[in-house]
Amino acid sequence: MSAGAIPLWQSLAGGALIGAAAAALILLNGEVAGVSGILDRALHRSFGEQRWRLAFLLGLVLPAVFAGPGPIGWQASAPSLAVTGLLVGFGTRLGSGCTSGHGVCGVANLSLRSLVATLTFISTAMLAVAFRHAWPLQ
Amino acid sequence: MTAIVAFLAGALFGCGLLLSGMTNPANVMAFLDVTGDWRPALAFTMAAAVAVALPAYALTRNHGTSLRGHAIRTIDGTRLDSSLLLGSAIFGVGWGLSGICPGPGLILLSSRTLKAFVFVGGLVAGVFAANAVRPK
Repeated sequence: MSAGAIPLWQSLAGGALIGAAAAALILLNGEVAGVSGILDRALHRSFGEQRWRLAFLLGLVLPAVFAGPGPIGWQASAPSLAVTGLLVGFGTRLGSGCTSGHGVCGVANLSLRSLVATLTFISTAMLAVAFRHAWPLQ
Repeated sequence: MTAIVAFLAGALFGCGLLLSGMTNPANVMAFLDVTGDWRPALAFTMAAAVAVALPAYALTRNHGTSLRGHAIRTIDGTRLDSSLLLGSAIFGVGWGLSGICPGPGLILLSSRTLKAFVFVGGLVAGVFAANAVRPK
């Protein structure tokens, strides 16, 4: 399945909601809305408080449970998704953040580390896509 | 209260991802595919998210604590170490080949499809593996 054109208002309004969620979490709880970090610490009892992190993850998934996840154009086979999931989990924790923690929160916090991380993962992602285009594996 | 705020923030985040279309791996791929049929939508979404979060972070930095008095847990330090660069590079490769990052990955579980469970299984295994090797 190919990507349909997304109306500009939807891209901007969706982003604004994500930004509002990040704003609420830092303003009211003093916490960063980074999904990989929240998942990591929600899975480990010794890494700090689990309860709010589990609440955040439940809230994250619930709208899609009620409204449905919408169209899904899978880009990889199930075995590839196992490997890529592993890379995403490993890489985000080694690098201390993902698209939300570094890309949204860290950049909004004017963190040089997050800016560098964001430019790095967007670059390697674009390179991976370009390589796959040139040498399709599946 | 902390958990209620977190739950509502999570729900807002989930709605934003769904509305922006970034839970669909095809839309993410369209942004990453600079040598093909490139679509900038994801850049608009990220820019809007940063623009809205920026004043909140500035306010919190100046205030020193959250508005309810919590110590701030911001992103650690300014050091550009090899873990940051290597980890981010590895994440990007996984993201580029799947079109899925952690938030959308968890949301896709709502599709109750094998592919979603396989991806999140890999994600969780990767998180545990990183904790085993990550310098503390």
